[in-house]
Amino acid sequence: MEEKFAISIYVCNKPGVLVRLAQTFARRGYNVDSLVVSPAHDANFSRITVVVQGEPSTYDQILRQLNKLIDVVHATSHQTTDVVDREMALFKVRVDPSQRAEIFQIVEVFRAKTVDITDHSLVIETTGDSLKIDALENLLGPMGLLEMVRSGKLIMKRGLEET
Amino acid sequence: MNGAQIVVEVLKKQGVEYIFGYPGGACMPIFDALVDAPELKIILVRHEQGATHMADGYAKATGKTGVVLVTSGPGATNTVTGILTAHMDSVPIVILTGQTITPNLGKDAFQEADVFGVTMPIVKHSYLVRDVRDLSRIVKEAFHLASTGRPGPVLVDLPKDVVSVEWDENFSSDLDLPGYEVQTSGSTESIKYVSELLSKSKRPLLYVGAGAVISGAAKQLKKLAEILQAPVTTTLLGKGAFSEIHQLSVGMLGMHGTAYANKAVIECDLIMAIGARWDDRITGKVSEFCPNATKIHIDIDPAEFGKIIQPEISVNGDAAKVLEELIPLVKKLDTNEWLKKIEQWKHKHPLKYPKRGGLRAQHILAELDRLTGSNAIISTDVGQHQMWAAQFCKSIRERQWLSSGGAGTMGYGFPAAIGAQLGNPGDLVVAIVGDGGFQMTMSELATAAIHKLPIKILIINNRYLGMVRQWQQLFFENRESGVDMEGNPDFVKVGEAFGVKGFHLRRAGDVTKVLKKALAYNEGPCIVEAEVVKADNVFPMIPAGAAVSDMLIDEPPKTKKMKKPVGST
Repeated sequence: MEEKFAISIYVCNKPGVLVRLAQTFARRGYNVDSLVVSPAHDANFSRITVVVQGEPSTYDQILRQLNKLIDVVHATSHQTTDVVDREMALFKVRVDPSQRAEIFQIVEVFRAKTVDITDHSLVIETTGDSLKIDALENLLGPMGLLEMVRSGKLIMKRGLEET
Repeated sequence: MNGAQIVVEVLKKQGVEYIFGYPGGACMPIFDALVDAPELKIILVRHEQGATHMADGYAKATGKTGVVLVTSGPGATNTVTGILTAHMDSVPIVILTGQTITPNLGKDAFQEADVFGVTMPIVKHSYLVRDVRDLSRIVKEAFHLASTGRPGPVLVDLPKDVVSVEWDENFSSDLDLPGYEVQTSGSTESIKYVSELLSKSKRPLLYVGAGAVISGAAKQLKKLAEILQAPVTTTLLGKGAFSEIHQLSVGMLGMHGTAYANKAVIECDLIMAIGARWDDRITGKVSEFCPNATKIHIDIDPAEFGKIIQPEISVNGDAAKVLEELIPLVKKLDTNEWLKKIEQWKHKHPLKYPKRGGLRAQHILAELDRLTGSNAIISTDVGQHQMWAAQFCKSIRERQWLSSGGAGTMGYGFPAAIGAQLGNPGDLVVAIVGDGGFQMTMSELATAAIHKLPIKILIINNRYLGMVRQWQQLFFENRESGVDMEGNPDFVKVGEAFGVKGFHLRRAGDVTKVLKKALAYNEGPCIVEAEVVKADNVFPMIPAGAAVSDMLIDEPPKTKKMKKPVGST
């Protein structure tokens, strides 16, 4: 059975790094679910958070191969309990003025925000862990969900320890 | 100075002797800069693949980093096979490729190839230099990365404008490799645990790979084996890490290893991998590989741990250093029974070949081994002759055995011998090749002839792609397909055209005489074309993907129908 894994990777900010990471996953049949690349606070480095799906039996091997890449400073996997994980999503819903109230209620309960509104559509923004976003997606789905964009998971280790 | 002169200056500082190369538009500035650096000798090859194998052979035989310099586009892509070969066998080479000017990158400019992208999965690391200010640091990093830790090929792509621009370089920049750390000495705790596991073993086996050769661990290994009284087997590329004429040696293990090495694998209660990676040529069917033995893994590359085999304990470090630390912790083991058993196997199943029925490769190789006192540097190609050479040419010291193991690259043997001879001008270098592989890179005869390198090229000519034919015979009901080397040239005449001395060897009775003549010829390269029996087979053999216990010690009867192998190739 394939499983999902979240991995934080701290890399040198150099050309080609992303390709090398992608090759490491692709070669071993891992599918990338989400990928976030952003500058680290030291501009010479970048932080990458990647969620991949693949065979658990090769997972340790992949971590080792990632760490072996010259431009990777470290690659670490995380237990969900010891990290803060967040994701952001935008939803575009087809909705007539008569149905807005119901959607607004959902937005309220999820502490989401309405960021665009037209006669026939709404754009909703939300932040939270991935499960919350999945739940919101499930609710909005039957109500005329047109588009969804998710940022991909961001992960930060709790406490003083480095991510 | 310009970028090209900066590159040349760094090469000089790295102590480079030879540059195996081929020029072209994009790397002309570097060839130009080399005119003023006579201490860097250009070896002009005849094909870029040859250059990479020469650099590889030079590196394997000397321990120094081999350097390749080629142009962009096809020049660069022609190195791909050689880069893969070096990557699979952890050989330190630096490949400098010319590239179109930076404003042209990505525009399909003339002779543009994204060689940085093409080679990414088969290099240890690679660079595309966009700014002359990074140039000296990057070339320095390339040498550092290629030669330290687990060595490997590093490619530096050099756009022509970057090497043409003037820049006042002071060569003071430090390496910038925050993600690269090499663990050389193993953890003391782990090493102690290894010694405890060893102390409980009655049937230990030391399984030694190329990592031990790279690390220069022969001295420590000999000491360890002698103290423990443990038998030692080597992989194809581990040959030479432990003398094969030592009493405790059981020779090579694996697909075409000795019967006694493979029997030792089956019956050992502990197997310790030293710089070896449990390759599929060794393990066969992994689930049945030494199921009852304690496994220990020593390697400098932690990514090897648990990749194929989950060891009881792994030690991440340099083989020589780890063994150095282990030696004081171990004592002689109670292995008398075990060694006796191994002696019996050696006696019962020696490496052998039929003495009659024509000229045989094994006979020639055994005689070569005898006449050279096992002292020659042997470079092989890939196929039956390679396995016979591994069986019958004993390696007694490190860096004496060159062969393409991981990649199994045909065409490797002869150019690698050129690199080895340049790096070791005083040594006897013999290239043992088949008629198939030799034709892939024989244009380098010109290179060997120009430099009057006294390489002996022994062509085991059976007019077949013999290893494939052997498989077709055993596993495909002898349906020969695409293996007949009809159209082979007369290799002695080919040599003659290049000004290379040649000898024909056709009769078993002439082996000693012809080999002696070839060994005595020192004015340049010489060819011995040995026309051997056409349909000989290599045994012992473990069919790919089968368990080690399924080893065929001798040729199975013709009537026996063999299952098609399930393993890769």
